[in-house]
Amino acid sequence: MKKIVLRGRKVVGGCAEGEALVTTHRISGWGGIDPRTGIIIETRHELRGQSFKGKVLVFPGAKGSSGWSSQFHIARLAGAAPLAMLFNEMTTKIALGAVVTHAPAVTDFDQDPLQVIATGDWVRVDADNGIVEVTKKSR
Amino acid sequence: MRLADDEKAMLDGKEGPARQKAMDLLVRYGEALGAERLIDTNNVCGTMGATMPFLRDFAATHGIGLDAVFSEFSLDSAEVVEIPKVKVYSCHLQQGMDPVHAEQQGIGPQAVKLYRDGAAFFGGLGVQLLNTCTPYQVGNVPVKGEHCAWMESSAVIYCNSVLGGRTNAEGRESAGAAMLTGKIPYWGYHLDENRFGTHLVELEVEVKDTADWGLLGYYIGEVVQEQIPVLSGVKYVPNLARLKHFGAAASSSGGVEMYHVIGVTPEARSLEDAFGGKKPIMKFKYGPAERKIAYERVNSTGKDRNVDYVMLGCPHYSLEQIWEVCQLLEGQRIHENCSLWIFTPGAIKHVADQNGYTKIIEDAGGFLMTDTCSAVGRVLPKGTKIAAVDSAKQAHYLPAIMGVQAWFGTTFECIQAAITGRWSGGLQ
Repeated sequence: MKKIVLRGRKVVGGCAEGEALVTTHRISGWGGIDPRTGIIIETRHELRGQSFKGKVLVFPGAKGSSGWSSQFHIARLAGAAPLAMLFNEMTTKIALGAVVTHAPAVTDFDQDPLQVIATGDWVRVDADNGIVEVTKKSR
Repeated sequence: MRLADDEKAMLDGKEGPARQKAMDLLVRYGEALGAERLIDTNNVCGTMGATMPFLRDFAATHGIGLDAVFSEFSLDSAEVVEIPKVKVYSCHLQQGMDPVHAEQQGIGPQAVKLYRDGAAFFGGLGVQLLNTCTPYQVGNVPVKGEHCAWMESSAVIYCNSVLGGRTNAEGRESAGAAMLTGKIPYWGYHLDENRFGTHLVELEVEVKDTADWGLLGYYIGEVVQEQIPVLSGVKYVPNLARLKHFGAAASSSGGVEMYHVIGVTPEARSLEDAFGGKKPIMKFKYGPAERKIAYERVNSTGKDRNVDYVMLGCPHYSLEQIWEVCQLLEGQRIHENCSLWIFTPGAIKHVADQNGYTKIIEDAGGFLMTDTCSAVGRVLPKGTKIAAVDSAKQAHYLPAIMGVQAWFGTTFECIQAAITGRWSGGLQ
């Protein structure tokens, strides 16, 4: 099976592996997700109705309300947080959000994760070393 | 991250466990950002009570006190630490309810008690209980260059762009930690080089009232996402309400935290000034076609024209906006199938009471409420299915959060809808 390795910078340390959920849309925290279920609720979002619970969430970055971190914080306490977060654009919303989610998070990649990773791929995240290993889903 | 001596002392616990937890969070957060150091701030705005819907559930399930709520949700500490008085000037933003209108909002006595306990607790710590998303409307007006640590995207963008204060969009936890330490990561909008424009927006249509400014912000936010738009072609100086609606919309459809209006905002005396001598990475126009796109996007949930709820005051209304509504409403009566709720900061409501505006609104059958809004508090008149709003931000969030339809239009169209119970708005 084809494996791809991406290298980036640790945002929050730790290791996790699981199935990828990928979106090219930025994600709103407050007013964009239901933190009790991890379901995206933003009206015109391409992932509307899907949950990131237990997934490796791959997305461009955060937008919207400054309640971003508190919503992901609540999601963690509700057991609905993503397993790991991989993203491109650093903002205070996403940095703080990743910190309080306590899930491994990586950014500043050598390749664009939105191009390389597709929903359903198996992803191993070693955030401490900034290494992300992608096993493409057989199609 | 490099820490100064006073910061190291706090991290080592020399100022007690709460400030230690606060400094630990700021270090984790600063390292996540890639910040090199922290900076002193004496102006923090955040939300920290337990009155928000999910927090109320958490407090009810865990039967915990406010030290525990602050430890978990403002310091990211599962260990409960005793919270000392705040170290720097700190203001409370919006709450999850208006305790005076709890009955209308369907809020039970237990939740109202959480509000009262929170007011006593946080007031006792020295937090100013402004209880609004618009601290700049009620006395917290940063000076150009002042380093702040504010939450609330619509307030952050106003602080950076209109006032020239310097803040990133902080979150509940970083604002809480900043209140106890007077520190925040020195990153992003605190630095000169990150405050220049990136996108040039050429206005080819006149932008007049708050609804127009909201549409403009909604369109631009979606295009530039988290970058910095520069507006050229604005023909007159917009007032507080218009810029408030513009920023709130741009930070909802996108993540805009700063913008410039050439000749109007303090860091954009000229085009060169706004872009720091650099070239824009992208130019685009905003003409009738773009305005129509924005209008259709913001109205994407409105289907049924029988309006049962009109909500004004997102962000919280200014006194000027309340006065304008009262001119439209005086002597009129709201339709029996429709409710009208207007949200404003408590301090402005005090003046509205004094001016007789509250009475005009109530005589018409509406309510002037404080502290919260329908999206933040998840509070609607019973049975609401179709709402009408004059805020692009509220039109963006309310349907997603509450599952209702929302019509967006001018303040005049919203008041007409309240009186007739029908939405007859349209793009003019």
